[in-house]
Amino acid sequence: MRLLSALCLAISLLLSGAALSAQDSMPPAPYAYRQLDDPDKEAEAKALMETLRCLKCQGQSIADSDAPMAGDMRHQVRTRIEAGESPDEIRDWLVERYGDYVSFAPRFDGATWPLFALPVVIVALALGLLWRRLGRRG
Amino acid sequence: MTRGGWKFWLPLALFAFFVALVGTQLLSPAQREVESAMIGKPLPQFVLAAASPDRPGVAAVDLKDGKPRLLNIWASWCIPCAAEAPQLEALQKQGVDIVGVAIRDRPEDVAAFLARYGNPYSRIGADNLSEVQLGIGSSGVPETFIVDGKGVIRYQHIGDIRPEHVPMLLEKLREAGA
Repeated sequence: MRLLSALCLAISLLLSGAALSAQDSMPPAPYAYRQLDDPDKEAEAKALMETLRCLKCQGQSIADSDAPMAGDMRHQVRTRIEAGESPDEIRDWLVERYGDYVSFAPRFDGATWPLFALPVVIVALALGLLWRRLGRRG
Repeated sequence: MTRGGWKFWLPLALFAFFVALVGTQLLSPAQREVESAMIGKPLPQFVLAAASPDRPGVAAVDLKDGKPRLLNIWASWCIPCAAEAPQLEALQKQGVDIVGVAIRDRPEDVAAFLARYGNPYSRIGADNLSEVQLGIGSSGVPETFIVDGKGVIRYQHIGDIRPEHVPMLLEKLREAGA
């Protein structure tokens, strides 16, 4: 057991070391960690950042990631919100560059409509089935 | 409905189908590369200050002079960038113009990298906030874009350029009008 935990520690150290060696030494972007002065605008920016994918870490949103690139993306979001752009405009700007992949909020379009339609169809089918069975018994 | 009827096995078959679907998706490696959606679109407007004292900075207008070229997104802290340096040098020796964009890099680190691995760049811009990188849909270093003479992005190569990629990039440059 002790051997196992030592092994785990060694592996995690090795992995973190490998990740650190490929990081830059620049300070974070001005608005990577600094909130906007206006709390309403900051709330708007935060909500948007939670639905944008960190392109380096992929499973995380840019709000959750400490990757330098995620910091630069938060800087973009906050400065653009501050400049008066709407969250949708900023999301569209990123989708134009990286495709739908960058957004965690699925859009309703030609490729994604089954995602929204299928649950409704399944619930309708289940209700229909239930109705028939209960009706038969009653 | 008899016990042997196909409807009896339907739920099990559906269950097996979903197990197989999840299993194959788990076992197949995930697509790790994020492709730029900017291929075929013009470069966004940008002006970057010089990242190196002996090369000028980069602006979008510099890439609209009628000559196709490589736009190399790199950084001195990026290990594969050192691995692709000989291939960039080979391309430069064949007459390819290479413009560099250094991501989040300090001037002294850029200078040390270029002294060690060579300088194939005609211009190097300092992209300290990853603005140009985000503007052209690049998600990592190194990445190499082919930009035609009108400043339109024609091709994106993700990852380091290996020796076998050099002829392919020269062909793509020809297609872009070199």
